[in-house]
Amino acid sequence: MSDIPERDAIIKVRGLRNQFGPQVVHNNLDLDVWRGEVLGIVGGSGTGKSVLLRTIVGLNKPAAGTIEVLGTNVLTAPEEERRKVETRWGVAFQDGALFSSLTVLQNVMAPMREHLKLSTNLMKELGALKVSLVGLPQLACDKLPSELSGGMRKRAALARALALDPQIVFLDEPTAGLDPVGAAAYDDLIGELQRSLGITVFMVTHDLDSLYAICDRIAVLAEKRVLVEGPIETMTDVDHPWVQEYFTGPRARAAQVKGIGGA
Amino acid sequence: MSALAVPDLQVAAKEGRATVRLSGALLTEFLADMEAPFAQAAPTENHVDIDLSSLTAFDTGGAWLVSQLRARLQAQGTEVQITGAADHLALIETVATATPEETPHELPEHGRWEWVADIGRKLVSGWGDALSLVSFLGQTLAGLADVIVRPHKVRWASLFTHMQDVGFNAVPIVALMGFLIGVVLGFQGASQLQQFGAEVFVVELIGISVLRELGILLTAIIVAGRSGSAFTASVGSMKVQQEIDAMQTLGLDPVRVLVVPRVLALLIMLPLLGFVANLFGLFGGALMSWVSLDVNPGMFLTRLHDNIAVKHLLVGMVKAPFFALVIGVVACWQAFQVKGSSTSVGQRTTSSVVQGIFLVIALDALFSIFFAQLGV
Repeated sequence: MSDIPERDAIIKVRGLRNQFGPQVVHNNLDLDVWRGEVLGIVGGSGTGKSVLLRTIVGLNKPAAGTIEVLGTNVLTAPEEERRKVETRWGVAFQDGALFSSLTVLQNVMAPMREHLKLSTNLMKELGALKVSLVGLPQLACDKLPSELSGGMRKRAALARALALDPQIVFLDEPTAGLDPVGAAAYDDLIGELQRSLGITVFMVTHDLDSLYAICDRIAVLAEKRVLVEGPIETMTDVDHPWVQEYFTGPRARAAQVKGIGGA
Repeated sequence: MSALAVPDLQVAAKEGRATVRLSGALLTEFLADMEAPFAQAAPTENHVDIDLSSLTAFDTGGAWLVSQLRARLQAQGTEVQITGAADHLALIETVATATPEETPHELPEHGRWEWVADIGRKLVSGWGDALSLVSFLGQTLAGLADVIVRPHKVRWASLFTHMQDVGFNAVPIVALMGFLIGVVLGFQGASQLQQFGAEVFVVELIGISVLRELGILLTAIIVAGRSGSAFTASVGSMKVQQEIDAMQTLGLDPVRVLVVPRVLALLIMLPLLGFVANLFGLFGGALMSWVSLDVNPGMFLTRLHDNIAVKHLLVGMVKAPFFALVIGVVACWQAFQVKGSSTSVGQRTTSSVVQGIFLVIALDALFSIFFAQLGV
């Protein structure tokens, strides 16, 4: 895939501990996300992939540890600085989490209204541009989220996440529930946007095809921490039962063939 | 990241070629300031170079401005060449291909006679709603009849849960409401009747108005607000979660599974609640008569017994099942009309309560006319 010019950590997580009652989800978790890469987070059910994402974007308060995003410690930074960082990332939730009472275009315009001082017309034009960037027809602009299919909702959520031209995009299971064709198209879209817009993508996924197709690096969550990270080719050498099973199972082999063929 | 320099646009012309030089950070956040300079940049030369090489930052908003400028110049027949970093050029191409042909148009303008069309639309949809509600009533009645003919088909667990929710748990509020109505009637009656020295007629006033009308009507209104909204919200969320679709695919009839137990619970509990309201209404009235008019409870009871015929109680109670049916059917019908999102659940819950209460009052008025014609 694309070369990473310099190892500039855009997200730095150190010593993270997440705990729900007696259940420890993360303990002493360290993770670096480099500028301009597509990082895939994988792990078995219950290893806290989504919790990690939610913690980084501030929806979940960790018990211990530091999180630095774009050089700002988001856990201790004052409100104003936090807001500034928040305009530099976009989050697309698993089921879209679009505002159900607003149309797709209004959804995309919502963060612009909040953070940019632009005229309504300009916001409409930019909103329409974002909608079309994610591959939705212009007809979708005036539709309500409930009138869209699952795949279109995911694309609309991505358009909203891209509304402020963020440097980092967080995606929670972007291809879950899409048909293989739709999932592949979505993967291509993310790869293309990442290349043309130069964004960093933090992606929680189960989809081996996505991992092979667009991820520059993979971080495996297991045993309450990032067990191993690196390009997907190195994963098969990891001596851990879950990682072995995940990356050398029949599904992984099929995805690998496809990924190499596609790339 | 260094502080972002405010972007700038400069036009220079030389030997029949114009150069549009862009510098600084051409980002979405500066778009509002840059829109005017971009719109005013109108080099008349036949060849224009757009130079991006001094840009320090660039995003889709900036790329959009540049591609709009290029499109405008090209439409005039000007030759445009963009120079700059490769990834900036790629971004402009991405944006240019994605830019929609025309901006999404506004909602159609409301013409002068739009309101006429609006009345028509409302009438048609109202008529459709009425038909659908009647057909839903039919389905519910069929389900109820089925359950009554074949009692083994009753879903007892569900029925008892709803009976507890709708009836037993509502006893305190209904009792309090009844008591207060009795007190109010006693007090108002006392102050009016005293002027004629007809204090003792307060018993008839309280007895007839509570037993015939107020006890059951106000109970129905409370139940419509309390249980009608709960029915719509719970069944409506099931609709959103596709649980109702799931039921249908499993060969379960949602009307019989969800609606019949709820309506049946209302049919059983609303008369009982009404009776509780009646008792407490009489109790409150008696108490107030004693306090403010010196009509002691013994006298109150004797007069009640002698002068208030049982028919007044029956006239009141006979309305209860009809109110119950109206509340239950309207609430469940509204729930089945929920579409798509959770916003719709909220809207439907509101309409369910409003329609439920309105129909209960309208039905009560019809009953009044009916009983007046019968002379009871």
